[in-house]
Amino acid sequence: MLREITLGQYYPADSPIHKLDPRTKLFTTMIYIISIFCFKGPVAFAVITAALAMVIYLSKVPFSYMVRGLKTIVFILIFAGILNLFMTPGRELVSFWKLTISYEGAKNASLMLFRMIYLIIGTSVMTLTTTPNQLTDGLEAALKPMKKIKVPVHEIAMMMSIALRFIPILIEETDKIMKAQMARGADFESGGLIKKTKAMIPLLVPLFVSAFRRANDLALAMEARCYSGGEGRTKMLPLKYENRDRITYVISIVYLVAICVLRRFPF
Amino acid sequence: MSFIEAKDLVHEYIMRDEEGNVEGVQVALDHLDLNVEQGQFIAVLGHNGSGKSTFAKHLNALLMPSEGTLYVGGMDVSDENLTYDIRQTAGMVFQNPDNQIIASVVQEDVGFGPENIGTPTEEIWERVEKSLRAVGMWAYREHSPNRLSGGQKQRVAIAGVMAMEPKCIILDEPTAMLDPDGRKEVLAAVHELNKTKGVTIILITHYMEEVVDADYVYVMDKGKVVMEGNPTGIFSQVETLKEHHLDVPQITMLAHELKQEGLPLRDGILTREELIQEIDRICH
Repeated sequence: MLREITLGQYYPADSPIHKLDPRTKLFTTMIYIISIFCFKGPVAFAVITAALAMVIYLSKVPFSYMVRGLKTIVFILIFAGILNLFMTPGRELVSFWKLTISYEGAKNASLMLFRMIYLIIGTSVMTLTTTPNQLTDGLEAALKPMKKIKVPVHEIAMMMSIALRFIPILIEETDKIMKAQMARGADFESGGLIKKTKAMIPLLVPLFVSAFRRANDLALAMEARCYSGGEGRTKMLPLKYENRDRITYVISIVYLVAICVLRRFPF
Repeated sequence: MSFIEAKDLVHEYIMRDEEGNVEGVQVALDHLDLNVEQGQFIAVLGHNGSGKSTFAKHLNALLMPSEGTLYVGGMDVSDENLTYDIRQTAGMVFQNPDNQIIASVVQEDVGFGPENIGTPTEEIWERVEKSLRAVGMWAYREHSPNRLSGGQKQRVAIAGVMAMEPKCIILDEPTAMLDPDGRKEVLAAVHELNKTKGVTIILITHYMEEVVDADYVYVMDKGKVVMEGNPTGIFSQVETLKEHHLDVPQITMLAHELKQEGLPLRDGILTREELIQEIDRICH
């Protein structure tokens, strides 16, 4: 049952967005996030929406895939929306029973909802069009300046890619241990939260033991293949900027400037 | 000088308590002497705890000898400056195929070794193609290792070692976790590498059937080499093998029992064909 979980929601397609360098995509996503938190006025809103729609269209990923990411946060969205709606003091808009919706409350709530939804959709465009490997490569390259302040950038990226490789293996193993424990009468389904949590112990202990054993084996195998950290390593798939990346950088900077300028003229 | 030369090799595992005091010493290798020539296919046999895996880890400089000397390709494994050169000369394949594949795409995993030793990008791709073709896994280059069978994974692991262009590959029980089909696949790939590329192979195993085609066999027990010779010679000594907790291949066992019942068969029959020939010879 656990085997059905797929990690990394990469959607393979041949699109200009897929072909972009992961660093470009990380940068553009950053710009986009900044823009949805600092824009002002309906024109800027229209610009953001148009930009997002354009990127989604170019990416060739079905829109339903992007919306899927929203499902997990529906509860948070509703909760935050209601809080904002009723708890913001200001000019009264509607009032019934003991609840008052203020003009500012309605504005805050809709702004917040829109920001959250755009944030999720925008970032899922990146994860849907970038393989996990490219993503870690991109992060490693993007964070390289951090090396100067002793942040182990290469090690973090290596850990991420190894984690990605081992998640399916560990999930399979969890499944196996679960079945083995169930065959011996363990019950993972019934009872309250505390009982269920307690039932996880005979699952977690063997899982941890095996994970450490695997880690030890893997470390040995990596050493045997001459791994000695990031120094002096070459890349099989080196990141290289193409013209499309340069154009994307220019467009995204122009876009950010436009959003900032529009702050001055809040139409 | 031989390609691999072990002289009086000793390795002790020292067990310590929490304060770091020595609690006990376990001798895993006990004055081991062993020679391997370039291009040979060597099998090292032994039951669990015979020290064969400890020996394998020395060949790759993952463990250092406590006493004695070990030279691999003329390099002393105790010399820490040579560790990476030794690991390039003698690649190692481990038992569990899952725990030695690092990347989530086959070809990227094969490229991991060359990346580590600083091979230029273009050459990495050449090496990856060559090694994947050599083990017959080129068609799977873009697959995820999770979707491969055990035998295929182990072949990917062998390709990963091949991509570092070693003179010698050490396989530490590479088939222990595989089904019979996977076992055949892996052994066929290893024999192919030995014959066509002239790579020295050291196969560490406890499956007798895998030893039959080796050039030379060492049998280890309690950290020592207790028997050595060609497979025919080794398997003609059925009783001695049993003393070292090893079984002989079924066919050899059958021939041995028939001989004890009075049939005038020769010693050291290894394959079904040989047995049929022998029986044929007696009947005429």
